[in-house]
Parts: sequence; C-alpha cells; structure tokens
Amino acid sequence: MTTAEQTTVVPTGTWNSDPVHSSFGFSVKHMVVATFRGSLTDFDATLTAAEDGTARLEATGRVASVVTADDNLTGHIQSPDFFDAERHPEVRYVSSAIAVDGESLVVQGELTLKGVTKPLELRGTIVGPAAGFDEGLKLGVELEGVIDRTAYGLNWNAPLPTGGFAVGNEVKLSAHLELGKA
Amino acid sequence: MVVLGISGSLRADSHNTRLLRAAARELPEGVEFRLLDGLRDVPPYDEDDDRDPAPAAVARLREAIAGADALLISTPEYNSSIPGQLKNALDWASRPRETSPLRFKTVAVIGASTGAFGAVWAQAELRKVLGASGARVVEGDLALGHAHQKWDEGGLLDDDVRGQLRDLLSQLVAEARPADIAA
Repeated sequence: MTTAEQTTVVPTGTWNSDPVHSSFGFSVKHMVVATFRGSLTDFDATLTAAEDGTARLEATGRVASVVTADDNLTGHIQSPDFFDAERHPEVRYVSSAIAVDGESLVVQGELTLKGVTKPLELRGTIVGPAAGFDEGLKLGVELEGVIDRTAYGLNWNAPLPTGGFAVGNEVKLSAHLELGKA
Repeated sequence: MVVLGISGSLRADSHNTRLLRAAARELPEGVEFRLLDGLRDVPPYDEDDDRDPAPAAVARLREAIAGADALLISTPEYNSSIPGQLKNALDWASRPRETSPLRFKTVAVIGASTGAFGAVWAQAELRKVLGASGARVVEGDLALGHAHQKWDEGGLLDDDVRGQLRDLLSQLVAEARPADIAA
C-alpha cells in the first residue's frame, strides 16, 4: 500500500454504468495483418466500494448484442462456432481484488465466457468522482485485458492460402465506463 | 426426442443410407429415428426462389429438420468433398439465418466410403458447412472405410462399429437434450 497522498481506494458507494455513455469492445487480428473491432452493446457494470475500502466490480453482458456490420457474420459469431448465444447467453466478469493508486486501476477477477471461468486481470484508470448535470456524481473507469479466445472454447478459424489463419486467438477487451452513483 | 438421419447419397443401395439404418438400431431407448426422404427433390438453390412460400421440397426439408431434436448426417465423399445435392440442401436449410432450422441444431457427422478412409475429408467439409450454418456439431465421428466389406450376410455391422455408433449417438442425444443446457 502506498503512503502517498494519492487516493488508494474506490470512492465509497454503488456506481452503476450509464448504458448510453459506456461501451464495451473487443479487437482481434483479422487476415493476419488487420485489426477487427467488435462491440457488445447490451451490458451493465456495477462498482461497489464499502467504507472499509474494499471494492468489487461486477459486469454482465448479453451475447445477443454482439453485432457486426454484416448479418451473416453476426449470425456466425452468435453460433456454437463462437459464442453459442443459445446456451451461453451471458458473459460475466466478477472481481476478486481491486487496487487503486491515484488514477491507476488494477482489477483481479474471473471472466466467465461460454461456460468457462478463468482468472483475468484488467488494467486501466479510474477518474473522479465529478458532479454531473443532474447533481449526481460520476466516475470514469477504463479497463483493458487480453484473453486467448480458444481457452474459452471460441475455436473457429480458417487457414489462409498464403499461410496463417483468418482470426487471431488473442483478443483484447476494452471497457469505457461512465458510472453514476446510485 | 427425435433424431433425423440425412444421407448424402441418393442411390438406392447407398452405404451411407445403410449406415444410418444401422445407427437407428443403436439409438438409446425412447429416441425416435426418422430418415429424411426427398433430398433428390430439392431444387438448385436460387436466391430468386428463396421467398415465402418456399418451394415445396424445400419447405418439407426445413420442416423435417425443424421437427427433429438432432441430426445424424452420413456423407459419401465426392472429389474430397460432400455431394452437391447435400450441400445444396444445407444451403437452403441455412436460410434465412434468423429462422434457419439448422441454427443451434445439434448434429453428428459420420461417413462411409469404399476407400480406406471413410469419407474423412468430406466429413471435415461437412462440419465446416454446418458450423457456418450455426449448427452445434458434436465432436465424435465415425469413418466407415471399405464400407462394401463391412456388412455381414444379414446386412449388419460388426460389434466394434456398432459400439462406435452407440457411443456417438449417446453423445449426440446428450448434447441435444435441453435438460443438459448449461446456464
């Protein structure tokens, strides 16, 4: 623990994500050379901090809201080759430990995706609280993490004629959260 | 629980159709087996014809798939891939994607050939097509090579192959049962 003047705790209270001003996305290498970005639009995140300084982050996303610009691709992504939205409609993250050092934020926790639960560390920033228009307090939280999609059973791939595969296994996750105090 | 068998071969004395009939005898108790009839009648896929109402043979195909809890598809191998008529039928069944009866349908793939390998390349192609169509393809498989030598005088397979079929079918049925769906 630091003894500097910087904040080392999440501001006390329950902080809920604003669905309009928050986003969750992922990016993965496509055709070896390019980066494909997708988003999961229907999710909610709650950050809870107790008086004793302990904090907890929980987030749940609905797989049905993973959409792309192509209906056929969206359908394939929803299918058992990828997310299997029928049997695993939700993806979930629950923290086990949160460390704050000034604006730096490190979250230890577990990601459950397609029925598989694995540890995942997220790193980013926490800024605020700041007063909003409606006098409610706002926190800004940005977090990133990296997963191997095949560890969660999202295994689809296709070899390319000149070598390599169509989709990378490493997937970067990023959340940009505007959290309002409940 | 209904398992629909689809043979990729149209000929009357097809090894793949026989393999499906053999599989029907190895299904767990209480599971009904239906063999798809009418693959031959499915017209060539044409987006201009893919409208409501669908061509009669296509409507029957889609209804047969929709009415089954799981599919067991047995394919021969033509030029290292699946027969055109089977691919054509799956293309019809896969559309429109939102209402496709193949979407999230549990499927097992098997194959028979008179060569040594039991249509393994065709089976791999079939798995790819089914996956792209949104189906749930179970891991197990069965490749019946030298199929013309595998039937005894009573038209039955040996115990080893029957055991493989039983294992695969129990996997198929377990995967398709809604009670086993995880949260």
